[in-house]
Amino acid sequence: MAINWFKYSAPSTFYGLAGKMIPWFAIPSVVLFAVGLYIGFFVAPVDAVQGEAYRIIFIHVPASILSMFLYLVMAGYAALGLIFNTRLSSMMATALAPTGAMFAFISLWTGALWGKPMWGAWWVWDARLTSELILLFLYFGFIALHASIDDPRRADRAAALLAIVGSVNVPIIYFSVKWWNTLHQGSTIKFTGTSMHVAMQEAMFITLLACWFYAVAMALIRVRSIILERERNNLWVSELKEVNS
Amino acid sequence: MKPRQKRAMFIVAGVTGVGLAVLLVLNALKSNVSLYFTPTQVMNNEAPHGRSFRIGGLVQEGSVQREKDGLTVNFVITDMAKHLPVIYKGILPDLFKEGKGVVAQGKMEADGKMHAEEVLAKHDENYMPPEAADALKRAQAAASGVTEANVVSTAAK
Repeated sequence: MAINWFKYSAPSTFYGLAGKMIPWFAIPSVVLFAVGLYIGFFVAPVDAVQGEAYRIIFIHVPASILSMFLYLVMAGYAALGLIFNTRLSSMMATALAPTGAMFAFISLWTGALWGKPMWGAWWVWDARLTSELILLFLYFGFIALHASIDDPRRADRAAALLAIVGSVNVPIIYFSVKWWNTLHQGSTIKFTGTSMHVAMQEAMFITLLACWFYAVAMALIRVRSIILERERNNLWVSELKEVNS
Repeated sequence: MKPRQKRAMFIVAGVTGVGLAVLLVLNALKSNVSLYFTPTQVMNNEAPHGRSFRIGGLVQEGSVQREKDGLTVNFVITDMAKHLPVIYKGILPDLFKEGKGVVAQGKMEADGKMHAEEVLAKHDENYMPPEAADALKRAQAAASGVTEANVVSTAAK
């Protein structure tokens, strides 16, 4: 039996599907966080140079990766919404922005906490840190621009342009440590392999996966309320069980 | 051409255009975006004169000397090609160690030394437990006198 995927590009059908999908992402996220952080904090050995302080990577690295990845996904949805005029794509972009902003903030915050004892400074204006800060501001700009325009379809289009133009920043963040002299160290995970102990690596990949599941679950929860809010004048919303009760 | 194909083309062309413009700007600002100069760049007179700038590299093995007041430190920053002496009065970060990465900010004075106002430690991308680090050190010492050559590659660039 062939599944008609386009059926789910309508907000009314996706609303129900998203509701069914949420537990499949929320529960693995909790489990993976528990396992990943347990391995990270109790099983993985201390680092030869940094001691216990290196354990920040089990939060800092997944948060940084997700903040960049979610921006690209958000810009992708925004572009789809702009090209195909699909309402749901724009709603997904709007739903992803706060989670991405949160990850960017966590990345900067935990980095500062680690930087003070390790480097000797909370903050330096090197290329990696500055471009990540710009990413956080792009998220804020996207959310603020969308909120400042009353007509949701016009807001979608304006915010989509900002998101698409801002995606130029993501490769800059990623390659900043290669292109310029920065205080931030180079990438540990490279396409050619990693320079990290196995248990540390496992814990980091597990928390990365946990963050990914968390981001999907949060986006689905948020997109459901966005759908309800925007479609509130439609018949199918007024017929929903949770709306009538 | 359908309107949506037109929109897609506009987006692709727009992003390519913006990306290219940003790339050119960043390329023009290359020396300003970098956080620090290497000793080789300083010796080639690429660093600014008479004002504060940052210099980065490795702390040369055996070069760290404390003065009697217990707070003033002398050390040499090297990128394995050129060396530059630094004098600093203050507290050093935990990761400051001989043979490890460091970034110092200060002015070059007439005595040929950099008088640093701030010293930051630079960590490399390698994470390993102490036992593995010891084993690696022993293996390297057995192989030859060359150690931590991979760390230098970032500083020498």
